[in-house]
Amino acid sequence: MFEGYTLGEIGSIFAMQGFAGLILFSVFVLMALGLAIIFGQMGVINMAHGEFMILGAYVTFVTSNVFADSMPALFGGYFFVAMVLAFFIAAGVGAFVEWAMIRHLYHRPLDTLLATWGLSLILQQIFRSVFGAREVGVTLPDWLMGSFGLTDLIEVPINGLFVMALTLLISFVVYLILFRSRWGSQSRAVVQNRAMAGAVGIDTGRMDRLTFALGCGIAGVAGSAFTMIGSTGPTAGQLYIVDTFLVVVFGGAQSLLGTIASAFVISQSQSTMEFFLSGSMAKVLTLLTVVVILMLRPQGLFSLKLRR
Amino acid sequence: MHASKDKDFALAIEGLTVSFDGFKAVDDLSLYVDDNEIRVIIGPNGAGKTTVLDLICGRTKADAGSIVFKGKDLTKMKENQIVQAGVGRFFQNPSVYEDLTVYENLELSYPRGRSVFGSLFFRPDAALVERVTAVAETIFLADHLQDIAGELSHGQKQWLEIGMLLVQDPALMMLDEPVAGMSVSERRQTAELLHQIIQDRSVIVVEHDMSFVADIAHRVTVMHQGSVLSEGSMQHVQSDARVKEVYLGH
Amino acid sequence: MTTPQTATAERSFWIGFTILAALILLVLPLMLDVFRLNLVGRYLTYAFVAVGLVLCWGYGGILSLGQGVFFGLGGYCLAMFLKLESSTPEATAIQSTPGIPDFMDWNQITALPWFWEPFKSLPVALIAIVVVPAVFAYVIGVAMFKRRVGGVYFAIITQAIAAIMTILIIGQQGYTGGINGITDLRTLLGWDIRTDSAKTILYFVNALLLLATLVLARWILTSRLGRILVAMRGKEDRVRFSGYSVANFKIFVFCVAAAMSGIGGAMFTLQFGFMSPSFVGIVPSIEMVIFAAVGGRLSILGAVYGALIVNWAKSIFSEAFPELWLLAMGGLFIAVVMAFPNGLAGLYSVYVAPMLPRIRAWAMSTRGLPARDTDGQISKPGVTHAR
Repeated sequence: MFEGYTLGEIGSIFAMQGFAGLILFSVFVLMALGLAIIFGQMGVINMAHGEFMILGAYVTFVTSNVFADSMPALFGGYFFVAMVLAFFIAAGVGAFVEWAMIRHLYHRPLDTLLATWGLSLILQQIFRSVFGAREVGVTLPDWLMGSFGLTDLIEVPINGLFVMALTLLISFVVYLILFRSRWGSQSRAVVQNRAMAGAVGIDTGRMDRLTFALGCGIAGVAGSAFTMIGSTGPTAGQLYIVDTFLVVVFGGAQSLLGTIASAFVISQSQSTMEFFLSGSMAKVLTLLTVVVILMLRPQGLFSLKLRR
Repeated sequence: MHASKDKDFALAIEGLTVSFDGFKAVDDLSLYVDDNEIRVIIGPNGAGKTTVLDLICGRTKADAGSIVFKGKDLTKMKENQIVQAGVGRFFQNPSVYEDLTVYENLELSYPRGRSVFGSLFFRPDAALVERVTAVAETIFLADHLQDIAGELSHGQKQWLEIGMLLVQDPALMMLDEPVAGMSVSERRQTAELLHQIIQDRSVIVVEHDMSFVADIAHRVTVMHQGSVLSEGSMQHVQSDARVKEVYLGH
Repeated sequence: MTTPQTATAERSFWIGFTILAALILLVLPLMLDVFRLNLVGRYLTYAFVAVGLVLCWGYGGILSLGQGVFFGLGGYCLAMFLKLESSTPEATAIQSTPGIPDFMDWNQITALPWFWEPFKSLPVALIAIVVVPAVFAYVIGVAMFKRRVGGVYFAIITQAIAAIMTILIIGQQGYTGGINGITDLRTLLGWDIRTDSAKTILYFVNALLLLATLVLARWILTSRLGRILVAMRGKEDRVRFSGYSVANFKIFVFCVAAAMSGIGGAMFTLQFGFMSPSFVGIVPSIEMVIFAAVGGRLSILGAVYGALIVNWAKSIFSEAFPELWLLAMGGLFIAVVMAFPNGLAGLYSVYVAPMLPRIRAWAMSTRGLPARDTDGQISKPGVTHAR
């Protein structure tokens, strides 16, 4: 597949596709962080996670329209407002879902998977009824448009850099919350021994709700980032849930760093291969590689040997 | 200590080591059990007793060392192969098939038709029915054969599990705290049952109840921090100063 | 040893089986025109998948979200044979390469790909319908179950496989027919499968095959293997320490489910004259799970009713209120998991079955006969023994 390119060109192509993959990487990381937090704490796979992302994307879309209509002067800053709104709205819906549905289904992880799939169908229909079946796009503020030219061949999109910086910041905040705060230590206590954590006075029900809300909130932020690479439609989220789960498992479910590394590997390989193959075959090859590796090493890339 | 090597042991464990996340749960442990011997392992909490049983039955894989049972190295085998080689295990918490009847629980333990196609074409014969009925008598559950196991009392579940082991008829039986958490009367009945089932086979028991230990043990092994601290008759280990220090004397 | 429970369960299964057989062999064919009967035939092909899911999910505890892959594999195996049969050099004389399927010609392929060659033979194709899905399931099963991967991991991996499979089929349209699938299938060994009489005959073939599948599933579940599956669901470790290889049992039941799905797929191809990737992907695969869930994940008869009712509701809804169907489907997923985990079969055994002895007693007494003693068993939710 490399025929007809010089070595230098191939290097540039790799670099360019690599930068182009940055936003995909960011979306993967944010989605996977949310999914991993929920899966790690509760053993629950949230199949509606993609719809929470799309919820965030629609929030971003609405916010940008509101800014454009009523306060065009401030349009350059709408993205920050949208992100915060996306986080809280997705987190709020997440908390409600946990209360109404998830908490009744603990110890039945497979059933939770089916129930959250049902939820995803309902959310898709709600999106369709409210925003229509047509995909919507968001106008980027001027300062996010354009790109730096590093060399003649290599161009770096500004929105990609911005989203990646944002992703790293959010990952760092999540790290602080999980590993440096009291809430985080309580959460990890619940993961390790739910009964014992309850016995020493941790409100495990509340921890679960907050965790689920946090995971969904981060998915909402992922939705904000998503508006920069794709147009938002009712079913766009469904395409991401399998990829995201593979990112989580591939990285080793307990490892934050592993999640980020595997998001990087998967998004970059997909983005790089897309240049040489058709988009769909790039996806097949990426997914297939991940699935085969997971079959050989089901515990993921980063994991500990634990006593069963 | 016994002079070994010139003798065939039922079970010979040598240099067994396993660590979890850097912590050595079992450290260079060697242990020899004779045919028809009843061996009791005691030791303070965290000494590695249950881990040794896990290693023997394949639930945990050893980092180093060998476990040879009747000439076969168990460390290279899977759990079900180890069971088929004649090792049975009684769990700390009663572990029966809650959705099946008492009869079905016992029947599934019958050591035939264990492969996929073997079980598909397996048809119970008279010998099986006879064996199951006899065992049900022994474990006081003859009138409960058609009851769903999940509805039995805690003590009955424990008996049922003993019954499942009896049907399985292993050459080496491992019991992990068989009388823990029982009332005095249940304990007496269970002790009687255990006396019956430990006949004619090698047995390894992990137990804290000293009167029970003194009652059944041929030999006692005291474990501490993953290794053998002392070994011999009950009187021998009880008079061992090191044992008193870490365990009996507090 | 025959016990009162197994005897009762045995009797009630065969009564239920007879009722189902009467429904699909007599009642529906008498009531419906060929078009509607053909639709029912379509639902019944999904029932094969649902019965397989009862075995592997309900009993084996293995939730596969990729059953559509096996349905598709079975369907494609037969579609390839039928396509080759209709692509004679004479019929395809206008192509630049006559004698190969039309979609290959459109994609500038000039020779039949090697993996199409075996499908020139009907016996090979018929064997492949069962063997190809089963072997694929075996490979997945060995890789996953031998390493003790299960639960949600397995579910998501199978879903990923469904996604990969769909993209692959759509992407490689020169070899697979792409998104349209393999279409325009007309004859089976010269017999026109598009006529009304052929459709009626195929409906009955399909129904009889399904009934045979039910008997096979029933036989598996009442064997010792069935009891091992039930035991495994609760206490996998304990089964291992009774001397069974848990992985092998899971692999077996997963392969059986895959083979059943393959048969369903092939019957679909035969009745509708095409097979396409729209039955393979993530969405159709998870919908097949809901058929089994609605019918009752522990009841093979329930699975057939689940497939019939859900699909019937779907065609009514999506004709009348297409936008409501997605909501209804979503609600169905949530409701069946949260409120009726044992589906229709569970509702039946809780509400209907306990009334049967009374009805029988009442019927006896009105005829002046002494009421027969019933065994007075009341099924509990949770330990449903509807096999």
